[in-house]
Amino acid sequence: MRYDRRLTSPLLITLILIGAHWSFGMLRGYEAVALAVASTVATELALRRLLTGQSPQLVSAYISGISISILVRSPMLWPYALGAVLSVMSKYVLRAKGRHIWNPTNFGICALLFLAPFAVAPLSVQWGNNLWPMLVIWGVGLIAVGQAKRAHITLAYVAAFFIFALVRSQITGSSYAAEVAPITGPMYQLFALFMITDPKTTVSSTWGAVAVAVVIAFVEMLFRLAEVIYAPFYALFFVGPVALLIELKWRAGSSARHQESPPPLPVER
Amino acid sequence: MSSHVTGAEPQSSVPRRLLRALAGVVFVALLAAPLGMRHFSAEDDAGAVASASVALERYGFALEEVSQAAGIDFTHRPPELDAKLRAIMPVVAAYGASVAVGDFDRDGWQDLYVTTSAVDGRNALYRNAGDGRFEDVAARLGVADLNARDMGVSMGAVWGDYDNDGYEDLFVYKWGRPELLHNDGGRGFTRVSDGLGLPSWINANTAVWFDFDSDGWLDLFVGCFYPASVDLWHLPNTRVMPESFEYAQDGGRNYLLRNRGDGSFEEVGESMGFRTTRWTLAAAAADVDHDGDPDLFVANDFGVNELYVNESGRRFREVGRESGLARTPKSGMNASFGDAFNRGEWTLYVSNISEPGVLIHGNDLWVPTHEAGAAPDYRNIAGALGVELAGFAFGAQFGDLNNDGWLDLYVTNGYVSGETRDSYWYDYAMVTSGHRNIIADADNWPAMRGRSLSGYQQDRVWLNRGGHRFRDVTRAVGVANAEDGRAVAFVDLWNRGVLDAVVANQRGPLLVHRTTATPQHGWVEFELEGTRSNRSAIGAEVRLYAAGQVQLRQVEGGNGFAAQNQRRLHYGLGPAPAIDSVVVRWPSGVAQTVLAPAVNTLHTLTEPE
Repeated sequence: MRYDRRLTSPLLITLILIGAHWSFGMLRGYEAVALAVASTVATELALRRLLTGQSPQLVSAYISGISISILVRSPMLWPYALGAVLSVMSKYVLRAKGRHIWNPTNFGICALLFLAPFAVAPLSVQWGNNLWPMLVIWGVGLIAVGQAKRAHITLAYVAAFFIFALVRSQITGSSYAAEVAPITGPMYQLFALFMITDPKTTVSSTWGAVAVAVVIAFVEMLFRLAEVIYAPFYALFFVGPVALLIELKWRAGSSARHQESPPPLPVER
Repeated sequence: MSSHVTGAEPQSSVPRRLLRALAGVVFVALLAAPLGMRHFSAEDDAGAVASASVALERYGFALEEVSQAAGIDFTHRPPELDAKLRAIMPVVAAYGASVAVGDFDRDGWQDLYVTTSAVDGRNALYRNAGDGRFEDVAARLGVADLNARDMGVSMGAVWGDYDNDGYEDLFVYKWGRPELLHNDGGRGFTRVSDGLGLPSWINANTAVWFDFDSDGWLDLFVGCFYPASVDLWHLPNTRVMPESFEYAQDGGRNYLLRNRGDGSFEEVGESMGFRTTRWTLAAAAADVDHDGDPDLFVANDFGVNELYVNESGRRFREVGRESGLARTPKSGMNASFGDAFNRGEWTLYVSNISEPGVLIHGNDLWVPTHEAGAAPDYRNIAGALGVELAGFAFGAQFGDLNNDGWLDLYVTNGYVSGETRDSYWYDYAMVTSGHRNIIADADNWPAMRGRSLSGYQQDRVWLNRGGHRFRDVTRAVGVANAEDGRAVAFVDLWNRGVLDAVVANQRGPLLVHRTTATPQHGWVEFELEGTRSNRSAIGAEVRLYAAGQVQLRQVEGGNGFAAQNQRRLHYGLGPAPAIDSVVVRWPSGVAQTVLAPAVNTLHTLTEPE
């Protein structure tokens, strides 16, 4: 039996979830995880079949469900279901030139934060007070993005974050330690390792993806200067689709110039 | 977080296009769903101001703030700590407003002891004159001057007759030297702190009198926030903040003082099972496992709470995680026991932080699911009952405000109301998401510069609608407090058979809410005095049977946050007041039954010898 490399990400993120909850009780409860995963999987099953007639690809739905259950913090259950359903639906409803343009989980979380702040906050604290959870997440995450050949995106974002933190520190007068504090927390680590590296919603060229990561960090800095607490999610929400649309337009122009069909994007395999 | 699928576009067809359009409609509807939920669930009357007569008619009670008319003019002042903390002083010096109810002179009228926290600030003991007026007698009786640079400042107080002489003594817990003040027959107080057996300096934020070993002498639990080694006026460095905001274990240790019965105490906390060093803010005792001895719930900020099961006074076993109470770390600020559903068992209300879009811990309403004698097991139903989202919540109390026979809930809110309403949350969230080396050092925290952190928040008054749901009636019944509420205590200040609400605000005035309850509802009150048990009768459980229901109350030695309700037990009886019986279980284990006691009356019960 051959190992399917597409299973690496779901396995690793499941590992993170179980480890974090077992060690720190970071989840609202297993019922929230079950609800989020069931919601994403059910939505994927229904929409994929109804709207494309193709068989559902449940790995993506599973990852979205697990991600929602990790990154969303609510004492209520319904936000986990709503965020999960919106995440998957965004893939089928918000499309341009045959592809979805928002990272599904990012869309679901931003929708909850925009529309239901009275009931929802994202993960915002350390898991425990030791160094090892951070090392585990970075280790596991780098394995995953390395396998997916997306490590350059993470590294570009992290480097840009540190530089822009210095800029912010100069502008706000806050200590540099305070400005870099968020990236030492698990929310940012998951964001940098798993969300902005999503192959389906990032541009295809290596240097293009690096540039987009830097722009995300830059826009995040602007949000932070405006004291928007969940700046990274919002930065990706705005920059990600714009970058993809630019790429789609550029490819369309390029293919027209060459009067030949564009090669399929790697993300649309 | 990644999306590994999309696939080719579907074959164009009318059904597919229709389905896609339908999916779009559903998508938009789901996006609008939270707004709709918010709108349609807003049945509460929190913001609707009603006249007292309308409130009385609609809800059966109304509150009126009468502190000035009662002669009470007291404003809490915060401590000014080491200048190294100046940039974030309001966040650190955010505690110390408290209220403890006790009848110190045994004249039958409930008195109030309230604390301030400024160096050289004077605490107040408001003696209830019985004519609607109160007089501050603290200085005259020797319980005012407890705040000084070399002895620390007050955080709260609890009344309890530790020597069984019939007069309530006073324990004042502090960030500094704790003080036990012996009540000399209601005519004055004598400092007897040296017999406590406590360290000379602790940073305590809660204390509870209870007789854990059922020997007839009141013992004392003291819960601490900062470690005892921290003197907040003389800091060697700025590493005084918690190491984590949900998993911190570098706070102060807690103490259990066993009353030897000769006027002295023995510190037995560690040997009895209190070994954690979390950041304790509140505690309350109740017999949660129905085995006849008091157990203890401890609410911790920056981490999980703790439930200590009392094993016949020999030791305490921490069962927070197993019981379900402490599986998820939150920001425990309050611990209140009450029989919210008239089931004759203890429901527990715990306050936490709820700041929209930033941090939604939600308050907890823990309902026991275990049978008598079984291991404690709890389920949180705060969301289902509508008492989950209050704000940056602190002290809370159960009490039957409209005498309808169901316990209502009062919750204070608000952390720091700054000079401006600009929010400090961005900076707060930025730092607290970081690694412990960043969080723990106050030097890394951006300056507050007069900004607020969950400031100007309204208190909440939740009306219990027959145990099915609570309704927010705050403004409608006349409560408008938007100061930084800390402690709330219920007390029948004017001996009318209704519970008045006294609220202590941080950096704000002490508020006295006089309650008017509908005369159509009956009431009954009981004053208990122990003989074999501790004389304060703290820990006595009293079950009242009426109209096919049971109402459970207990004599408390401190609960909520920095608060103590009156020891006298109050019951609302609803529109057809008649009592079948009242069953008292004294702390000694003695049971006493009173058949059909008169209603609308205060009864005095003495423990049978």
